[in-house]
Amino acid sequence: MSTATEHPRHPTIELDRVVIRFAGDSGDGMQLTGMQFTTASSLFGNDTATLPDFPAEIRAPAGTLAGVSAFQVHISDHDILTPGDAPSVLVAMNPAALKANLAAVAPGGTLIVNVDAFEERAFEKAGYPANPLTDGTLASYTVYEVPMTSLTMRVGKEAGVKPRDAERSKNFFALGLVSWLYSRPTESIVEWIANRFKSDPLVLDANTRAFRAGYNFGETAELFESNYQVRPAQLEPGTYTNITGNTALAWGLIAAARQAGLSIFLGSYPITPASDILHELSKEKHFGVRTLQAEDEIAGIGAAIGAAFGGSLGITTTSGPGIDLKSESIGLAVSLELPLVVVDIQRGGPSTGLPTKTEQSDLLHAMYGRHGEAPVPIVAARTPSHCFAAAVEAVRIAVTYRTPVFLLSDGYLANGAEPWRLPDVSSLPSIDPAFAEATGPVPNEPEPKEKENGHVEGQSNGSSGASGGEAGFQPYARDPSTLARPWAIPGTPGLEHRIGGLEKEDVTGDVSYDPANHEHMVHLRAAKVAGIAASLPPLEVDDVDGPGAAPVLVLGWGSTYGAIAAGVRRVRARGLQVAHAHLVHLNPFPPNLGEVVRAYPKVLVPETNLGQLVKLVRAAFLVDAHSLTKVQGLPFRAAEVEAAVLKLLGVNPETSLAEEDVAS
Amino acid sequence: MTDTAVPVTTRKDWTSDQEVRWCPGCGDYSILAAMQMLLPDLGVRRENTVFVSGIGCAARFPYYMNTYGMHSIHGRAPAVATGLAVTRPDLDVWVVTGDGDALSIGGNHLIHALRRNVNITILLFNNQIYGLTKGQYSPTSEQGKVTKSTPFGSLETPFNPISLALGAEATFVARTHDMDRKHMQEMFRRAHGHKGAAFVEIYQNCNVFNDGAFERVTGRDVRAEQLIPLVHGEPIRFGNEAEHGVVIDPDGRLRIVEVADVGVDALLVHDERRDDPGLAFQLSRLARGPFEPTPIGVFRAVERPEYADAMSRQLREAAEQRGPGDLEALLRSGGTWTVD
Repeated sequence: MSTATEHPRHPTIELDRVVIRFAGDSGDGMQLTGMQFTTASSLFGNDTATLPDFPAEIRAPAGTLAGVSAFQVHISDHDILTPGDAPSVLVAMNPAALKANLAAVAPGGTLIVNVDAFEERAFEKAGYPANPLTDGTLASYTVYEVPMTSLTMRVGKEAGVKPRDAERSKNFFALGLVSWLYSRPTESIVEWIANRFKSDPLVLDANTRAFRAGYNFGETAELFESNYQVRPAQLEPGTYTNITGNTALAWGLIAAARQAGLSIFLGSYPITPASDILHELSKEKHFGVRTLQAEDEIAGIGAAIGAAFGGSLGITTTSGPGIDLKSESIGLAVSLELPLVVVDIQRGGPSTGLPTKTEQSDLLHAMYGRHGEAPVPIVAARTPSHCFAAAVEAVRIAVTYRTPVFLLSDGYLANGAEPWRLPDVSSLPSIDPAFAEATGPVPNEPEPKEKENGHVEGQSNGSSGASGGEAGFQPYARDPSTLARPWAIPGTPGLEHRIGGLEKEDVTGDVSYDPANHEHMVHLRAAKVAGIAASLPPLEVDDVDGPGAAPVLVLGWGSTYGAIAAGVRRVRARGLQVAHAHLVHLNPFPPNLGEVVRAYPKVLVPETNLGQLVKLVRAAFLVDAHSLTKVQGLPFRAAEVEAAVLKLLGVNPETSLAEEDVAS
Repeated sequence: MTDTAVPVTTRKDWTSDQEVRWCPGCGDYSILAAMQMLLPDLGVRRENTVFVSGIGCAARFPYYMNTYGMHSIHGRAPAVATGLAVTRPDLDVWVVTGDGDALSIGGNHLIHALRRNVNITILLFNNQIYGLTKGQYSPTSEQGKVTKSTPFGSLETPFNPISLALGAEATFVARTHDMDRKHMQEMFRRAHGHKGAAFVEIYQNCNVFNDGAFERVTGRDVRAEQLIPLVHGEPIRFGNEAEHGVVIDPDGRLRIVEVADVGVDALLVHDERRDDPGLAFQLSRLARGPFEPTPIGVFRAVERPEYADAMSRQLREAAEQRGPGDLEALLRSGGTWTVD
């Protein structure tokens, strides 16, 4: 297939970036279409960022607003940070897809609609009183009406597939058309189709024909005046792959286990949007990864705790509702002081909430959501690819400090994809599990001993206990620098001991109800988690003229990274100063966070919740931090962050730059 | 696991230094003694032995064993033990639980551990009462039971733990009681030797909140007439003179008969290895409760692939087919491109 640039009747216009949204019924294959377009663009050398947006229902009634599934992709010739605020192109496979997504399209944007689906009954289902193509609804947009269904069915018939099946290839027609429109190389897509459908030659043929038909339609129909080109971006040299957050997270866990010389055990119960981590890890058994699809969320973490006791890297993955159920077990892990990674792919709540939509509303739950004083370290990923490094860091903390660790991601990161420059595997940090070692043969002499409470102990060395089986092994003795206790695994002679959820006596690990000991242990567990800060790098601040120079600091955490960084760029493009710092460690905070926030007259904290980090920051540092919140199940747009910064700067947001002027 | 070089041990070696804190006279003491006396004979090592428990009186058991142990949270011991047994097939993993822990708050974990056939040995101390919380009815309490939380009598139909375990696809199901150390030890030995999930119900007397719950079948003077020993390959019979027996009626129902009336050859011969659990299930329903002739012994002992074995095999096969995990290759598995 030749590229459009060779056809003089269609001039090719260069763009620096474009945001395209594919929308259709959830059965129309829009996610797949979007991902293939993204992959083709990444392979071509563009920077890309994606935002899948799909309903919780597997197949809501066809043609209804509830069933609309969309995939937004931002491609550009320079590095970008977000999937784009507003699509400039919307591909709508039916009236419902148009209706559900029109409001998001940039003013004057382009609409490519499958005109075959625009008929009376479909208008009704979508809630359109009349045909939006003819009643003036779309007057401010450029509309291309393409008979995608009928053209797809025609090539399907040529391939010999039944009419009902032929229609199903129309997403490939759309993919072909948009690939032509944006001058995408077609080889990778054709290859992908051949591979994906190799088991069904008829479907393979139909899909390939539909894809080519879409491409050729763009090239030959006198519909489009021009097509477009987005040149490759100047990305940092290296080897890249396109990766979603969930895949990066799973790979990060595998990498961390390798660095620690541990075998992974994942106990997990399927839940949106975390299940893909279970799927991914289940595939990689040749890494020695064991996965258990447990009977419920509680069993998932329970089994992970059991595996951790046995010396494996215990992991459990879930989303908010699962965290609710796991809370008691996380408390147990706090008491046991065993390494454990609890992955929370946050989604909209409360309750079942918005299973497929993103939110950052579990931060305070991760921080405080257990009875008793039960501190747990928290690490949060900030971009899809950063999930890899965040997973390695969570494992480092869990293993080094013998503690459960929360690893927070969210629906936006989990399903969003971006190009990732592969790390040098040899540069990954080493993690030392430092298992307690066997003691020599130990006599088992009874040695009666008077305990403080007056009970005469019958057996064994008095300094052992509920815990210490033998000759003074102290399961709750601590490393002086990390305060970590020994990880003594079954099978090690001489270190037999018992642990549990009852309060421990310091050092011996004996069950203890002693008031002073309880207070001491509560402080010890808190000090251990607080002490992790000593191992953290100082928080970096992106402030052009040096830390403290700008009048406003935007402080974020997790998946708001892209929107904040892009919003900050837009403010700076106006000649204004603003600083950005982004937290990966939420508990404990990096050691210099207080210094950083106090260095700025104003601090803005954008979060997709009702202001959770801002509460922690205000409480910890007594600074008057401002909250910017959004709880729509969607990530921030760069423009929203920009507007909030301008407001704090006292600049009229009305004079804000149009999106086209500044790439996000 | 047996090992020729296992050091010789005595009960003392398996006894921790912790003061046992069950109520004086509790049936748990005899179960603990039976276990501590049995372990030296099993040819196992202390360091390879782990007791995992949930919450309840029975759940204190691990503290008294000089082995590895975990006193976890209410109902979750089978889940914790599953994670441990799956990752450490070299260990002997015992679960000690009670009727509330295993059948109420932890019912889900129990049935799934049995179904998976993971290599753990579950000892259910059934005293038909909540002891640690001081006397509420449990899921095995009889209907009409008057307790602090059911002053007008319990409305609920109790679980039959043996029926439940059989229905949950358990491969080893047995019952014993705390008044007979030898029988307990035999059941523990059999359960320990079983490859897969083994379930042993132990009738255990709570002398404070439910004293004598099993007295009518386990009492020394009534035992011979009220307990029906199940012996593989033997006709099922009981009584002081072995004068009673169990037959299958033409309609498939089990019935207790006098041997003199039907002859020994008419008695049902116990077959714990029957693939079909139907007969074992019927045996579990022979008594409506521990107040009439009740079978004890091994109801079912069949072979089925053990879960951790099967999982390890998948890992081995994956490594054989794809080679050992290569992180570099994994990171490139989704397709890459190079920017110069």
